[in-house]
Amino acid sequence: MRVLVTGLSTFWGGKLAAALEARDDVEVVVGLDTRPPRVPLERTEFVRSDASYSILERIVRATQVDTILHTHLIVDSTLASGRTVHEINVIGTMNLLAAAGAPGSSVRKVIVKSSAYIYGAARADPYCFREDHRRTGPARTNVERSLLEVEAFLRDFAEENPHVAVTLLRFANVLGDELDTPFAQALRLPVVPEIFGFDPRMQFVHEDDVVGGLLYATTHDVPGVFNVAGDGVLPWSEVCAIVGKRRIPMPPLLTNLAAEPLRLARLVNLPPELLDLLRFGRSIDNTRFKRAGYRYGHTTAGTVETFARGLRLQRATGERHPGYHYEREVEDFFRHSPAVVRR
Amino acid sequence: MAGVAERTRPADEATIDLTSPAAPSRALVPLPRRPETPIDQPADSDLRRSDVDRWGRSERMRALLRTLYDPMYRYWFRVEWEGFEHLPAQGGALLVANHAGAIPSDAPAIMHGIETQLGRPIYGLAEHLFRALPVVGTMWSRVGGVTANPDNAYRLLHDEHQLVLVFPEGTKGTGKTFGERYHLRRFGRGGFVEIAMRAGVPIVPLAVVGAEESMPILWKHGRLAKLANLPYFPVTANMLAFGPLGLVTYFPTKFKIRVLPPVHFDVDAGQERYSRSRVMAESERIRRQIQAALYDMLRTRRSVWFG
Repeated sequence: MRVLVTGLSTFWGGKLAAALEARDDVEVVVGLDTRPPRVPLERTEFVRSDASYSILERIVRATQVDTILHTHLIVDSTLASGRTVHEINVIGTMNLLAAAGAPGSSVRKVIVKSSAYIYGAARADPYCFREDHRRTGPARTNVERSLLEVEAFLRDFAEENPHVAVTLLRFANVLGDELDTPFAQALRLPVVPEIFGFDPRMQFVHEDDVVGGLLYATTHDVPGVFNVAGDGVLPWSEVCAIVGKRRIPMPPLLTNLAAEPLRLARLVNLPPELLDLLRFGRSIDNTRFKRAGYRYGHTTAGTVETFARGLRLQRATGERHPGYHYEREVEDFFRHSPAVVRR
Repeated sequence: MAGVAERTRPADEATIDLTSPAAPSRALVPLPRRPETPIDQPADSDLRRSDVDRWGRSERMRALLRTLYDPMYRYWFRVEWEGFEHLPAQGGALLVANHAGAIPSDAPAIMHGIETQLGRPIYGLAEHLFRALPVVGTMWSRVGGVTANPDNAYRLLHDEHQLVLVFPEGTKGTGKTFGERYHLRRFGRGGFVEIAMRAGVPIVPLAVVGAEESMPILWKHGRLAKLANLPYFPVTANMLAFGPLGLVTYFPTKFKIRVLPPVHFDVDAGQERYSRSRVMAESERIRRQIQAALYDMLRTRRSVWFG
């Protein structure tokens, strides 16, 4: 298997490249990003590209990859402006699929990491979204709109390229020891924000299950759309209780305005789609991915508990950042120098 | 690991999602069938700190409410049941009742009666308006309220074999003025019948007398309703009688609830759609049964207050 990973320098790209390297059946891992990788990698080849992957067709032709693992979709709108989100998610995916579907392309499998944000969170929602449910209201934020566009591209791509197995995974909100998300930020605060009078049903997926799910889709043939989330739902109050935090209410009206000071003070950035979630909650039906054979490592409650444990450890030992800097010359030496003994 | 070339593509997995254009389902209530075998979930009961279930319901809150509501049920409305034996002791069933009162008083009474006398939980389907209200929405879901969404109803009835209460008239029923009391409104589009058919559960019709007079609407203000984004903005007799307290005070009318024999449908469960004429006919038949039962009960009622 020859795999191309997009977004190599992102958290997920790095994790997946590392996981793929460890497998014997993966011959080649090519990683694409605008920035150098942030995790040490053994044999992954890093290619610097622009955000919209314009050189992708050449790479695919040159490396003859058969699998594309598209992890570089921005689902956390606090990380980038609306413009960048559009550029990376929509234009990036468009170019990626164009390259993958070019005549004579060697690509036989495409796996895309999407998000449950595509379902939105609104009052008329079903309590548990299945893969074939559509959101009950129009998309209101850049991230949600871009995800809808990406999935539409992907549907067209799958239709036009029946010989390519397309897997789309929609992940619930992620919690984990290493990943920084707005929810993780909120739960690290001394008091955790909530919206007054609302106690939404939340669902989380552990970061190991995100990597595990993507890896499972890469190494098995499971075409289709799948929700990926830990079993069970927890009210937000209980999430805070497991983490051991008190809650501070934000006003139910003009909540976005009330979240602004938190944003300005750089305490926590709660974008509109997250505030919707804190109001109405969401859960997604994960049984289809189970039927496809994936076994989850964590339930929702287990994910929150693991996160709480990580938080306690952090509090005791202080923040730790693994110091790794990508040096082109060093990496080239280790990968290609005849002096290095390869087994 | 399976090779890329010898990939198998399960027919439904691929066709439902990626390769089929988003064609709207022709079912009245789109809800494709799901495989029967549930997959066991790992237990994490030892991690849980509250007993809130996946529907947002908490048995502890429900028990607390039962304790608080019991005097109301016993001494204020003096609820009396008829034909209680028609309620199934096990298995899913969809309970269908007439709806009344500006702030409906029938749902709590029915739910309380069934939970205390039958000893099994019941979930009440309601307008998603509730979910958008702070505090009220949370409390409502803790005591068994669920948004009236076809998928929610199907999951409760089919997957969890629960009792589900629904008022097909919706806000058309509760928004009736006093002059229109006990005249059943249209029963939606019959979606409740289709869900019961698909879930393979019987429908148990209920006729409730007394709720209409507990908080009658004298007059409705259209523009205020629009401004407040409510289905109706009522001026009730209770407001005139008790002032602002009238918002939360019911008149002590005598409640009588008659349970009609369960309606079973001789159709295969789990189909994607059912004959629309059949669905509408069944819906209308159930509506007529409840209407007839109401008239019958009203004929023998001597007093609004004492039954």
